[in-house]
This record gives sequence, C-alpha cells and structure tokens, in this order.
Amino acid sequence: MNKVQNNRAWWLILPMLLLVAFSAIIPLMTVVNYSVQDVFDANTRFFTGAEWFKEMLNDPELHAAVLRQFAFSLTVLAIEVPLGIGIALLMPKKGWQASAVLILVTMPLLIPWNVVGSIWQIFTRGDIGLMGWSLRELGYGYNITASPVDAWVTIILMDVWHWTPLIALLCYSGLRSIPDAYYQAARIDRASKWAVFRFIQLPKLTNVLVIGVLLRFMHSFMIYAEPFVLTGGGPGSSTTFLSQSLTTMAIGQQDLGPSAAFSLIYFLIILLVSWVFYTAIMNMQKDNKKEGEA
Amino acid sequence: MAEITLKSLAHTYLSDPKSPEDYAIREMNHVWHQGGAYALLGPSGCGKSTLLNIISGLLEPSSGDVLFDGERVNALPPEGRNIAQVFQFPVIYDTMTVYDNLAFPLRNVKTPEARVHERVMEVADVLELTAQLKRKAKNLTADEKQKVSMGRGLVRDDVSAILFDEPLTVIDPQLKWKLRRKLKEIHQRFEITMVYVTHDQLEASTFADKIAVMYEGQVVQFGTPRELFETPNHTFVGYFIGSPGMNFFDVSFRDGRVLADETELSVGPGVRRAIEGARSTNVKLGIRPEFVEVHEAPVEGGMEAVVEHAQDLGTYSIVYLRLGDTPLKARIEEDQAVPVGRAYLRFPDERLGLYVDEFRVEIDHE
Repeated sequence: MNKVQNNRAWWLILPMLLLVAFSAIIPLMTVVNYSVQDVFDANTRFFTGAEWFKEMLNDPELHAAVLRQFAFSLTVLAIEVPLGIGIALLMPKKGWQASAVLILVTMPLLIPWNVVGSIWQIFTRGDIGLMGWSLRELGYGYNITASPVDAWVTIILMDVWHWTPLIALLCYSGLRSIPDAYYQAARIDRASKWAVFRFIQLPKLTNVLVIGVLLRFMHSFMIYAEPFVLTGGGPGSSTTFLSQSLTTMAIGQQDLGPSAAFSLIYFLIILLVSWVFYTAIMNMQKDNKKEGEA
Repeated sequence: MAEITLKSLAHTYLSDPKSPEDYAIREMNHVWHQGGAYALLGPSGCGKSTLLNIISGLLEPSSGDVLFDGERVNALPPEGRNIAQVFQFPVIYDTMTVYDNLAFPLRNVKTPEARVHERVMEVADVLELTAQLKRKAKNLTADEKQKVSMGRGLVRDDVSAILFDEPLTVIDPQLKWKLRRKLKEIHQRFEITMVYVTHDQLEASTFADKIAVMYEGQVVQFGTPRELFETPNHTFVGYFIGSPGMNFFDVSFRDGRVLADETELSVGPGVRRAIEGARSTNVKLGIRPEFVEVHEAPVEGGMEAVVEHAQDLGTYSIVYLRLGDTPLKARIEEDQAVPVGRAYLRFPDERLGLYVDEFRVEIDHE
C-alpha cells in the first residue's frame, strides 16, 4: 500500500485543538497571565515577573496550610485505603446480601459535599447532635469550635465516612475479578490466609488501588466544601486547608496576582505527587533490568 | 505415592436431584493406578472437571468415596491430600519471581531454605526454567507460566499425583507439542500419577497410556488409545474418537434380512445372528470410516452407494456417501482413486461393531 504524504491532514486535528484550548489551555493561561502582573483596574497593570511566586513560596501562613494539607491527605489515605480493602474483603460475594451491602456501602458517595458538611455539623453539635451530645454525656468536653484536636479528628472521621466506600467499591470489583483457580491453587499450595491476601489478592488489586489512591489523593488535596461547612477552617486556622486559603485570598481579599501564582503552585504540587506515585508503582511491576536480561 | 480409587462416586450440584440427568457425575467406580499417565477425555460439560475437583478435594462428592491407597479422604481439604493441580489458565503469583513461585509450596510448610533451594534448582532444570528464575513470573509467556504452575506441583516431595485441567488451552500450537513432550518426560522421571483432562483426543492419546472417556457424567470406556479406536464400548466413544467419527446405522432384522431403514446391508452370518438376537429396538451397527471398503466397480457382496462429495486432505481423502437414506463417510488413501457418482461398499465383518442401547455387544463370528 502506498502511503500518501499530505500535510494538510494536520487540519483535521483543529477541532480537537480548539476544544482543548477552550476547556483547558485558555483558562490556565489566564491564571498564568494574572500570576505575573499586578492588576489594579482594567487599564492599570504592572508586570511583576516572578515576584508573586517568590512571595507565595515564602509565606509562612501558606507553608502551614501546605503542611496541614499533606498531613490531612496522608492521614485519610492511610486510614481509607486499608479500611476500604478490609471492607471489600468482608463484603458478601453473592446473593441478596451482596446487593444489600453494596447499596449500604455506596450510600455516602451519593451525598453532595456541602450536604455531608451539614450532616456532620448537626451530628457533632453538643445540644442536638447525636455524636456531640453522646460524647458530652459520656463526660468528654467535645467541642469542634474550640478544640483543634476535636476539629481535626472530626474532619478526618467525616472524610473517612464519605470516601472509604469508594476504595471499598473499587477493591470489591477488583476482588470479584480474581478467577477461582487462584484460590484453588493457593489451597493446593497450602498457602495461609495471609499469603493468599499478600500474594494473590493484593497484587490483583494493584491496578484498582492505583486509581483509588490517585483519586483520593487529588480529592482530599482539593477538599473545600466539607471543612468549610463543618468548621469554617477553625478553630483559628487549624483546619484551613489549601483551597480555603486560596479562596480567601482570591475572592475575600481580591489579591488576584498572588492567588494566581499560588494556584499554579498548588496545581504543580498535585501533578508532581500524582506523577511520582504513579511512576513508582509502575516501576515496581517491572523486572529488575539487570536480572530481566538473564 | 498413591493409588486413587473412586468408589460408587456420584456428584450433583443440585440440592434435590430427581433424575440421573441432575447428576454431574453419575455413580461410578474407577481406579487410577500409582504411576500411570491417564487422560480424562470428553466434551465440555460431561463432568470431567467436576471429577478432577473431587479428586483434588476442591469439591466434596454428594455420595460415594474417594480413596487414596485405600484410605478414605472425602473430608480432607486439598491442602491435606498431597495432590497438585494445574489449571486451564496458568496460575502464578504475579509479584513473585519464578524462583519464589516454585519455592512457595515448600516455604508454606516451613521447609529449611537449603532444601528449598535444592528442590527449586532441580525442578527448574527439568522444566528448563533455570534462566528465568530471577524474573518476575508476571512477565513470562503463557507456556512458561504454565511450566511454573506445574513446577509448583513437582517441587513437593510429598505429591503423589498431579491433575491437569486442560493445561494447554492457552498455549500456542507449536509450543503445545513441546510442552506435551515435557510432560511425558516428567512423568517418566518422577513416576507420579498424572491425570490429564482434555477434550482433545490427540492431546489425550499422545499423553496418556490409558484414556477414560466421559459422557454425561459417566466413564463410558477406559482403555488404551488403540482400544478406543478399534473397539469403542459405547456409540459416543465411536463418534468422539477418530476423525471423522464412526459411522452408525440404525438396523433392524426383518424376513431374514438386516435393514438400515429400508436398505439391506450385506453382513456375515455372525453379525446377522447377533442382530436377530438383540432384545431392543435401539440396535446400531458401527464401522470406522477407515475400515469401509470402497470400490469403483460392483464387487461381490458390495452395496451400491451414492457419492455425494469428497474432501482431499493430502495423504488421504474423506468420501461422503449415502447408502439408502443413511449418510456415511469413508476414508481412502491417496493412491486409490476417488469414485465418481456411485461406489460399491463392503463392511469387513470383523470391523463391524454391534451396539444395543448404545453399548457394544460382542459378536460371535463362528
């Protein structure tokens, strides 16, 4: 077959290019535009270069927010991933029980973010909230508006409640796709329950877990509505996470330049962490190069 | 080492079986002798995998006993039975290296590491996996993976039988042959009882000394490949073994003549007597396409048949014929001319099989 060289074919990608431009590139470039200028009004602006970026990178308040954000994301991942796997392992495999449990487990995923915040806000109130009232009756002075520890624990609990089902659901589907022969072979090889988990179930879950962990990392790193409704970022700024700091800066204070610079840094952090994580996992599955050649 | 005996064994997946059709395995007795290479041959759904899983202990039979060296093992789980099983799709532990895969069954029972090493190296050598030992099992080809799953059975000193459940399904044709030869070699070297489940008669006959043919939950014949070919015990074995399968005629005896529908068959006196004496309305005569004599011109005792078409397969041809209303096939060698239009057939008496109610009945030719 003769391959015809015709560079006009490049025009065929134009619609795609336009679509991507409007959906991603242009909005992003607007942010880049703001991040290198100081804008006063429609006619007055100054070019500032890397000024805003330097300022943001040296802002102690933002440092604290970044640390808080990492602490939060890593904590929820550390709880949700093992818990999700555990729930998936315990879920019934067939019959009406399987459907019933599946619906129960999925329920929290269907609730909108700020509704989750409201539910927990009421749930934790000392006067009428089931949890808040119970803890107080038990003699613990539970108060999320006064105690940073209480606020933190509550937010983490809330996130675990809201998002562990996602991990559980992904793992459940992953577990269902393991052929029976694997379990049968393991029995014949006299593998212990732990070995079955470690060498059959966990490896077969790797792919869904990569997706799950990435989604959960990105989600939790961008968390906004739930803590905003529940604690409003307080007490003090103890539960003020990155997106809330950003909103305060951009909308509350109208600091467009710094917040644009900050947005870009925020975006790059998520991109970088996701990439490092993904590459590391994918490398684990390859043969060690030297040995692979043998 | 073990002799595996199945005593009045039956199995059903239903909780309330009513008719024989409800049984995946109908009551059977069978013995697999120590050190034999056996094949369990049958079409999909005939119960061969069920039977295999009962032997390995993955399934508990509904009734009857499984005996290893005379000892009842029904209640023993697979891990207590000293049996290895190789599945249709290669089962390997993805994250482990080939070495760790092979070592896995030994490490699970806390074998000293020096002994593990010794056994793994020995088995890897036999399976020609030595060069792959350090690779991740996940990245092997399908046939290498299948060798690894076989190897996990071989490393154990205590394994008395290895069961194969259609192990070559996912292997490329040219490698199938190599792997089959490897299996044979391993069988001779380790003197392990091997039971090989397949629906491929070629695979069965190249691997096994004796083949058990299963049909509708029963072993209908247990014999050497030659016996299955020459004297099928059951019409199903006739159909299933050989390519093409055996020709069968529904026959009746009327006015001193043997009729297939309305066409008279020319058969010897022994066969005629046997048909006359049969106490059933389900009587069939069977002959292999290889044994049908085809002549171009009329011969003595020849039956005239219509030639419908012929299929040239290189060294031989299959001729599709019609004798009266009954279609049949004949195989003729390449040096013989394929008849056109009409052909004259003869059935050598000693090659005819008589089947009453689908089972073979001996014919007294005297």
